[in-house]
Amino acid sequence: MYEIIEGFLEAARLIITLDPDVMAIAARSIIVSFTATIFATLIAVPLGAAINFGTFPGKRSLINLIQTLYALPTVIVGLLIFLLISRVGPFGSLRLLFTPTAMIIAQTVLILPIMTGLTISALSGVDPVIRDTLYSLGATRLQFLTNIMKEARFAILAAVAVGFGRAISEVGAAILVGGNIMASSFMGSTRVLTTAISLETSMGNIPQSIALGIVLLVIALGVNLAITTVQHR
Amino acid sequence: MVAFLLICGCTGTTIGPDPVSAEKQQLRIATTTSLDDTKLLERLSTIFEEQYNAEVLVVSAGTGKALEYGQRGDVDVLMVHDRAREDTFLADGYGTNRRVFAYNYFVLVGPESDPAGIKNMEPKQAFATIREKGMAGESGVTFVSRGDASGTHAKEQAIWKAAGLNYSTDVQGSGDWYLEAGKGMGATLTMTNEKQAYTLSDIGTYLAYKGDLELATLVDEGDILLNVYCAMQINPEKYPDINSTVAKDWINFMISDDVQKEIASFGVDKYGQPLFYAAQNDWEKIGVTKAEVTDPIL
Repeated sequence: MYEIIEGFLEAARLIITLDPDVMAIAARSIIVSFTATIFATLIAVPLGAAINFGTFPGKRSLINLIQTLYALPTVIVGLLIFLLISRVGPFGSLRLLFTPTAMIIAQTVLILPIMTGLTISALSGVDPVIRDTLYSLGATRLQFLTNIMKEARFAILAAVAVGFGRAISEVGAAILVGGNIMASSFMGSTRVLTTAISLETSMGNIPQSIALGIVLLVIALGVNLAITTVQHR
Repeated sequence: MVAFLLICGCTGTTIGPDPVSAEKQQLRIATTTSLDDTKLLERLSTIFEEQYNAEVLVVSAGTGKALEYGQRGDVDVLMVHDRAREDTFLADGYGTNRRVFAYNYFVLVGPESDPAGIKNMEPKQAFATIREKGMAGESGVTFVSRGDASGTHAKEQAIWKAAGLNYSTDVQGSGDWYLEAGKGMGATLTMTNEKQAYTLSDIGTYLAYKGDLELATLVDEGDILLNVYCAMQINPEKYPDINSTVAKDWINFMISDDVQKEIASFGVDKYGQPLFYAAQNDWEKIGVTKAEVTDPIL
């Protein structure tokens, strides 16, 4: 109990004094996960729309597969990306291993299934009456899609929130492809909140771990407040 | 609002080598947790970065994992402590220019109450006794292994072998007395402390964590406990685009007089004794050649 209180106090101290190490780690977490979420959204939403409104053989199986991938362990994604970008791997010449870019790639791949699947759910949940109305009013394909998206925006933004949440809270892939490096430059380091918590805990620094955890939750709260505000526009 | 959110994420151009320090080379080092957890590398890389226009990126993993990274060419330098596997690595042509820069000793730590009664025994005798009492189910006798193919794990296996035991049949999985942590040294010590068990640790990490542990050094003498750290380059012939210039600089830096002094005094003011010994003058004692501790790479 005492350690938890100490953790809260340590968190307050780190945030109020704008501890440079913690700020850098937090900033990196936000940048990496945010970028990954943006990329994943740009892929998942069109992809989800294409799958939902398309008619092709195996559509059901595809959706099944996407939903199965919700349970994809982060460490498996990490391992896969590691094998691809390691120097001896097919993309080794890009020298991406142990960089923040690698972490962005891993997190994008990680949250893609869940965001695609939730987009499909969101779009298929739109009232069929609206679809028929749009058809009967002679909407072009683009107008059709835009309007359906607007109708489903609440659920789609929820998918974005889930995606971001999953990205910023994962550890397995971040450690494997990032290496949890603390270097002297901002972009040379790959330590983020989750990997830092993992490290601090393994060193037995419980108050610091709790503090970092609180910082992470504060960030998640902030981002979700923003998303909720947009949802209710 | 949405526009603001989208702009926040747009840092695409700055993800990658920082344009301001584009000339700064990056040195990737894979090292053992026992070197990293003691913060020795942090100290030395700070000094190195002041003198050279480079950025040191340290990935900490067990020796096994570090060797894997080296074999794949994902790092430029390895800093490990398993002589046998290093020899193989060099023979296979993955590594080159090995230099020995520091050494210390492993210690067998455990609860102060020492339920197995192994204090001051010879290492292999202590191990055999712990196993005997552990398998007999004596309360409080548990051994936590690194279990992660690290240098420390390799040393532990060597001691079991010296005690006349077959690791995979007589030790591993032989009972609840033997636990495999699968973690780094610091994390293993934390677990050992929690369980008030026995474990093999390098003296450096143990001292660095001592303040948080309720474990005592029970066995610290014996030739088999010698722990020698080396640094070696990944062979540029295998991976031509590896950073071999800064790698050479780093290794030469490690065996330079000033850094050897730094290593010998590291931790004294904080822990009352050094965490590592400089290899420079003790090459005979630790069983390596003089060239390995003094000759700079050309």
